[in-house]
Amino acid sequence: MNKIFLIIQREYLSRVKKRSFIVMTIIGPVLMAAMIILPAYLADWSQATDKRIAVLDETGWFLEKFKEEDNLTFYYVFGNLDEEKENALTKNGDLLLYIPRTELNIPVNSELYSLKQPGLNVTSYIKSIMKEIVENKKLLASGIDPEIIKSAKVNINLQTIKVEEDGIEKKSNTEVEVGLAIFSGIMIYFFIFMFGVQVLKGVMEEKSNRIVEVIISSVKPFQLMLGKIFGVALVGLTQFLLWIILTLIIVGIFQSGAFTDSSSAMDMLGNSDVLKNAGKGGIDPMIMVNEVIGGINIKVMIFSFIFYFLGGYLLYSSLFAAIGGAIDHDTDSQQFMLPVSIPLIFSIALSGVIVNQPDSTLAIWMSMIPFTSPITMMMRIPFGVPMWQIYVSMGLLVIGFIFTTWMAGKIYKTGILMYGQKVSYPIIWKWLTKKY
Amino acid sequence: MDNNIALQAINVSKSYANHKALNKVSIEVPSQSIFGLLGPNGAGKTTLIRIINLISVMDEGRILLNGRNISTKDIANIGYLPEERGLYKKMKVGEQAVYLAQLKGMSRSDAMKQLKIWFEKYEIGSWWNKKVEELSKGMAQKVQFIVTVLHKPDLLIFDEPFSGFDPINVNLLKDEILQLRNNGATIIFSTHNMASVEELCDNIALIHNSQTVLSGKIHEIKDSYKSNIFEVAYKSLNEISFSNNNYSINESKLIRNIHYSTIKMNNGSTSNDLLQQIIPQAEIISFKEILPSINDIFIQEVSS
Repeated sequence: MNKIFLIIQREYLSRVKKRSFIVMTIIGPVLMAAMIILPAYLADWSQATDKRIAVLDETGWFLEKFKEEDNLTFYYVFGNLDEEKENALTKNGDLLLYIPRTELNIPVNSELYSLKQPGLNVTSYIKSIMKEIVENKKLLASGIDPEIIKSAKVNINLQTIKVEEDGIEKKSNTEVEVGLAIFSGIMIYFFIFMFGVQVLKGVMEEKSNRIVEVIISSVKPFQLMLGKIFGVALVGLTQFLLWIILTLIIVGIFQSGAFTDSSSAMDMLGNSDVLKNAGKGGIDPMIMVNEVIGGINIKVMIFSFIFYFLGGYLLYSSLFAAIGGAIDHDTDSQQFMLPVSIPLIFSIALSGVIVNQPDSTLAIWMSMIPFTSPITMMMRIPFGVPMWQIYVSMGLLVIGFIFTTWMAGKIYKTGILMYGQKVSYPIIWKWLTKKY
Repeated sequence: MDNNIALQAINVSKSYANHKALNKVSIEVPSQSIFGLLGPNGAGKTTLIRIINLISVMDEGRILLNGRNISTKDIANIGYLPEERGLYKKMKVGEQAVYLAQLKGMSRSDAMKQLKIWFEKYEIGSWWNKKVEELSKGMAQKVQFIVTVLHKPDLLIFDEPFSGFDPINVNLLKDEILQLRNNGATIIFSTHNMASVEELCDNIALIHNSQTVLSGKIHEIKDSYKSNIFEVAYKSLNEISFSNNNYSINESKLIRNIHYSTIKMNNGSTSNDLLQQIIPQAEIISFKEILPSINDIFIQEVSS
């Protein structure tokens, strides 16, 4: 046991001290924080500039109709186009909206002059006001009161409410759940691959350095393999924790620094797309977020993420260790890596199907089979999964990785001492079935 | 059980998928001696060494260490230098040596203390913080050797220890092996270098086609392979000749007025008898028995 600890320690320290680990640890949170902060920051930044717009309305329909909106202010001018263009753009640095008189007398064409490309908020606001006024005029001309039309419009608000087994009703939001499902599925996929491949490379390094026989004269090959797998797992957990902590710190710094003027990053986040939709029903976006997250069992979520990350990692990394032990050269790794990783790729490829129908037979089976369950079950959990299914899936995963570790151990201990042998599946089968 | 036998392999057999690597191989290694394990490539030497190190599992037979069945507890008392050897390239020399010593069961502080002594002895203290990849192959081999013997095991096993060393380091290693034996260690080594076997070994075993074909004390083996051939150098006008056919001259040559003849004795007569035959005929300058070299014995056994 003491020797396994020594091996874990070496595997852990030698990786954590690597420059690539430190770089990844810094870049990861910066990217994640950027994903959170940037949209909010950009939204804030794009709203920051005030624009003044001169309106040259030859029709007279829109006089005093453009009101001050957000950071847009309107003023009316009555000269000729060239003169006012000169005034507004060159002298004042403003924009000029020109609505020419038309032959049919229905103003549907207009021109907006500006020095810089006007933002989407400017053009869409102008269009919406013009549309409303022209429509109203046309309605009135047909003898219809625009107020009647207005009052006939309804806004349908569909609130999905999930009823838990214990009868407690929770508000849920499918979009948030889909996001969470895809995110956790991809994270698991990413972690299994990243750290599984580290195990593979580590085993191959020991074999090609010829140090492996020196070590297994002191410890059992199985101990060496387990030590490596656990050591790398700890590296993965360390990186994961550091990412979360550093991301929170970076976001925190931005909240207190860049968004001092009352609007915090989280408030800004409330304005982003998904939540904006949620907020349309007149509910405060932040309350919505809390309610939605409350609807997903956050404890189950975190616990199962760690469980499936570790379980999936143990299952696959032992197989990767066996591959690393069996082969001699990097170039041979492909033919063995691909079949082993197909279930992982398959689960990611089917993620769209899974999140669309998280309770379909396919989804249930894939979340039970240990080779696909880490990703698929994590994609199902945000939508709510009966606890018994989670327990069965976890149990099968434990059995699965004990089995693959045992099998990998047999391949590994024979493979690491074989140099210069071209490895094939029949040979590996011999190693598995015959005692070496 | 003989107390002087450190390690004994009794009827050890081992099969791989396609061939039998060892077929009822037995060896006896007396304690505090140097034992040479010889054999052509693929004879099964490395398999036997791996079985002794508990890396491979034998199908049948027993391995006794000091009269008891060998077990994992003995591993700390064995030092093993495999034929396929190396170190972590990216790891620092000192750190790595301490790690490997700890795996053998040494405490960290003890390992540090012993390493200091060895690094001073070889004057390589400046390597401590270098990465192994910065060392030359010969330098790395030195570190590897130190790591093998650091925990002062009673049994040392070297598989092809001289491969990869330059002649200066080979001599250094030979001296070190002799000194380890004199300090009380039992040493088994396998090699193709027959000169070093004659120089170092007290006992040898020759494994061929998965079987022990000969084993024992090196001088006894050489005695049993001698074919009663003597070389005599003498001054005389004529070549000597023998009246009876107890003696036959294999080869004669004349270099600067001195005759050199190799003479084979065909029956139980002694060297004194032969001398008496020559003395009347010539003035003897030198007279010696030609013993077969281990190299000759090896080739004779393996090619027969």
